[in-house]
Amino acid sequence: MKAYLMYPERDFDLGATLPPNASLLTQDLELATLWDAMADGDAFLREVARHAVLDGVSDLDTIRYRQHILADCLNNPSVVRELYALATAAIDGEKRNYWGLFSHYPSTILHRSIAVLKMFADMLTQLTQIAEHHAQQFESEGFTRFFAMVARELGTEYLARIHHHLRDLQFRDGLWMSASLGKGNKGTHYILHRPPTAKQPRWIKRLAAQHPPVYSYVVADRDETGAKALSELRDRGINRVANALAQSTDHILSFFTLLRTELAFYVGCLNLHETLGKKGEPLAFPHPAASEQRRLDFRGLYDVCLALRLDHRVVGNTVAADGKDLIFVTGANQGGKSTFLRSIGLAQLMMQCGMFVAAEAFSANVSEHLFTHYKREEDRAMNSGKLDEEVGRMSDIADQVTAHSLVLFNESFAATNEREGSEIARQIVSALLEKHIKVVFVTHLYELARGFHDKHLANALFLRAQRQADGGRTFTLHEGKPLNTSHGDDLYRQIFKTV
Amino acid sequence: MTFCSLLFPNPEQRPSIEPRDTPVFWGDLHLDQIIDAITADKAEYDLQPFFRTPLHDLDTIQYRQEIMRDLAIPALFERIQAFAKQMRAMREHRAQADKLYYPRQKAAWFLDAAAIYCQGVTRLAADLAAGGFTARGLCDFRDYLTRYVQTDRFTAFCQETQQVLDELASVRYRLHIKGQRIAVHAFTADHDYSADVQETFAKFRQGAVKQYDVRFPDEADMNHVEAEVLEMVARLYPDVFSHLETYHATRQDYLDETVGAFDREIQFYLAVREYVTRFEREGLPFCYPQVSPSKDIYADETFDAALAHKLLTTRAPVVRNDFSLTEPERILVVSGPNQGGKTTFARMFGQLHYLARLGCPVPGTRARLFLCDQVLTHFEKEETLENLRGKLQDDLIRIHQILSQATPRSIVIMNEIFTSTTLEDAIYLSKQVMAQISRLDLLSVWVTFIDELASFNEKTVSLVSTVVPEQPAVRTYRIVRRPADGLSYALSIAEKHHVTYAWLKERIR
Repeated sequence: MKAYLMYPERDFDLGATLPPNASLLTQDLELATLWDAMADGDAFLREVARHAVLDGVSDLDTIRYRQHILADCLNNPSVVRELYALATAAIDGEKRNYWGLFSHYPSTILHRSIAVLKMFADMLTQLTQIAEHHAQQFESEGFTRFFAMVARELGTEYLARIHHHLRDLQFRDGLWMSASLGKGNKGTHYILHRPPTAKQPRWIKRLAAQHPPVYSYVVADRDETGAKALSELRDRGINRVANALAQSTDHILSFFTLLRTELAFYVGCLNLHETLGKKGEPLAFPHPAASEQRRLDFRGLYDVCLALRLDHRVVGNTVAADGKDLIFVTGANQGGKSTFLRSIGLAQLMMQCGMFVAAEAFSANVSEHLFTHYKREEDRAMNSGKLDEEVGRMSDIADQVTAHSLVLFNESFAATNEREGSEIARQIVSALLEKHIKVVFVTHLYELARGFHDKHLANALFLRAQRQADGGRTFTLHEGKPLNTSHGDDLYRQIFKTV
Repeated sequence: MTFCSLLFPNPEQRPSIEPRDTPVFWGDLHLDQIIDAITADKAEYDLQPFFRTPLHDLDTIQYRQEIMRDLAIPALFERIQAFAKQMRAMREHRAQADKLYYPRQKAAWFLDAAAIYCQGVTRLAADLAAGGFTARGLCDFRDYLTRYVQTDRFTAFCQETQQVLDELASVRYRLHIKGQRIAVHAFTADHDYSADVQETFAKFRQGAVKQYDVRFPDEADMNHVEAEVLEMVARLYPDVFSHLETYHATRQDYLDETVGAFDREIQFYLAVREYVTRFEREGLPFCYPQVSPSKDIYADETFDAALAHKLLTTRAPVVRNDFSLTEPERILVVSGPNQGGKTTFARMFGQLHYLARLGCPVPGTRARLFLCDQVLTHFEKEETLENLRGKLQDDLIRIHQILSQATPRSIVIMNEIFTSTTLEDAIYLSKQVMAQISRLDLLSVWVTFIDELASFNEKTVSLVSTVVPEQPAVRTYRIVRRPADGLSYALSIAEKHHVTYAWLKERIR
């Protein structure tokens, strides 16, 4: 039994290794803010959100599969939260019985497993009831399949069978087992047999019990060592069935764990949706395109993390960049360039994990991998050590990058003079383009941007942070050729209050 | 040709009583360390007496070297080790049988021991029949074993053993435990309830499973409840258990004496081979010395095995040295810096001659060694509280004993004697002793600080421990033939300890 709410045909693996650049992505795109909003204080939700966002998919079917499930969730938030609570309760209930795990006595393991199984049986019954009442409200392929599976696999008959086992495992009529002789003529290969069922006529049971020849021995009441030996013999008999039952509870536990994990992603999405919805920020399901295509077309795209941190609404950008492999962003300092770049990265990640994105409309081709190459803020010293570090990180990217990936550069290679920095960047960007890698480059390197602009490439787009005549910023970007100034004087004047 | 022993081709050479005492010179030569290292994992075979019995005839040395060489063949070595392992398992089973209380258990462990023996011996016979070796001792034993495994005694025993095993293996029974009562029923097939449970919950299976089955302590003995159950099972299968009982009662002395002796004696060879392999793996060679009654001897690239064994564990480099004596040379006089490897050299010389007499390989790439009748040693003991005269007296008494025990076929090793007396005394006494050694025509190594001894007469050869020329404080641990010149090493020691003229001028205020 599988939940299959993240992939049509496989489990979501919380233990999967994340991309090597996961921590860089987290830092550069400020993903922690996003996850915190999705978690809403629940550490488990945060962990699932982290994995889902960083371990996105480039397969369009899976993205749409999740989008449809998420749409169902947005329509039935309370049912989804109820399912999540049920799975959580089942897992917590098992944990409370954890003590039995370390036992060296099969009888203890068996009793613990019976207790857990009783609780699980109860939870499974509740699950079938939820399925029964709400299945018809769900339309997505994922939920339809899930509810159908619950109805099919956990029918009345099956639940009765579990209860039947739970009763038989009390062994009210004693233990029946067979054995053979092992090393030193000690009994071995103990195999437990199913107790004669209550339905069998009494005479059959009696016949079985007296099948000749029969020899018997009774441990005397005061024989304590004998009693201990007897219980050990009993333990040997039930060892395998205790193992089987403990494993079965583990199986059911892992079913609930997977269910909870996969639902956690959607509950996280619900949390985020509610938070942004209250602020009146627009959210939209993106239209993903195949990775070989070059699509980037959006309206009102904003930085979801910035929106989460600010009280007021944030400014969105609108860009039509279909068919473009290279986007250069130049222009005013604090003109919204970094925010813009981050909003693209965030939207890409959110789209590829099946979420809605922070825009009125968004479509883009999926990317095989996403990389960020950001100037490190903390170290502004212009020295070769810093450039060395930057080029080193570029080398790491080169180790991992494949065709149809997306690389976001933010003020990269500025740790040297403009000519050299531009030349390094020019060579890198040219190579990436030839390798069919999509590049968005935010830069002050005029030489670099102008160099590409002068080539009049059909697949390149040049955006510029807008600067108003009075020196104020609009925080929006428009198409425009690179200018030979970055308006640092503005900033200087503003900060130093000079005229 | 009949087979009698892997260690002695001629049974009369075998000592009637195995020697137990550790000879005094073992400690001086660190032979105790070597023999302990060789026999460390073999305590159960009691091999030490073999190493305390040096040989006196070349043929027996040859006989052992042949076997030792053949055991360098990895396939043969492994086959014999496999046999030894089974014999050990057999002994453990018999020991267990003796320890147990319930007769039906004793019999079962005894039966297993016998089965292991049958299997081990049969296997060894087949393995040895495959050949691939030439040593007389091994060939004779192979012939013996080939005949033995074909005897009725052995084949009938193996057959009966297997039969009893099969009968016991076929025993199956049903148990019903309710309350305090255990009932044993005849076996009827029924299926495994745990499989039922597994099947019921199979639909939840999600990959890897944890194991919850408890490992019960694997004790050999039974509690009385198990014993009662076994009694009831025995009543269910009376024929099987009476067969086992008869077998146990009548088959006690199945072990062949010659096979048992082989099992122990072959360990002498396995132990030495394993020891030598440790060195060879690290590139330190061993060779089979040519042992002869001639006092023309040599050894190339040899080393102190006890020291080298310690160095192996720290992976420190082992310095190898050569020596040779040609007519009329008899006495190696070693002088040179302290901690320069002189004592090590003296020990090595003694070790080589002793190991050669056991029929063992010795450290080095090639060697010719003297078949001596005994190795006599006098090593300076640590300072005691006795006054000097007492100590000197002891030294002389000891040296006197040595010289009176020595025959022209003996080897004498002197290490830094007479250090506790005046130089004048030391020179005088040393020359006296040297003259005696010379007169007896003894092979000897003499470690000394007295340069004069190095050129005592035509029998003495001067060896010097060396230093790195550019850094006199660094020892090379190489001992080379060179006239003794006290000066350079004395200065290097002074330099090392900062007591040269220049140093003392600076240090003393």
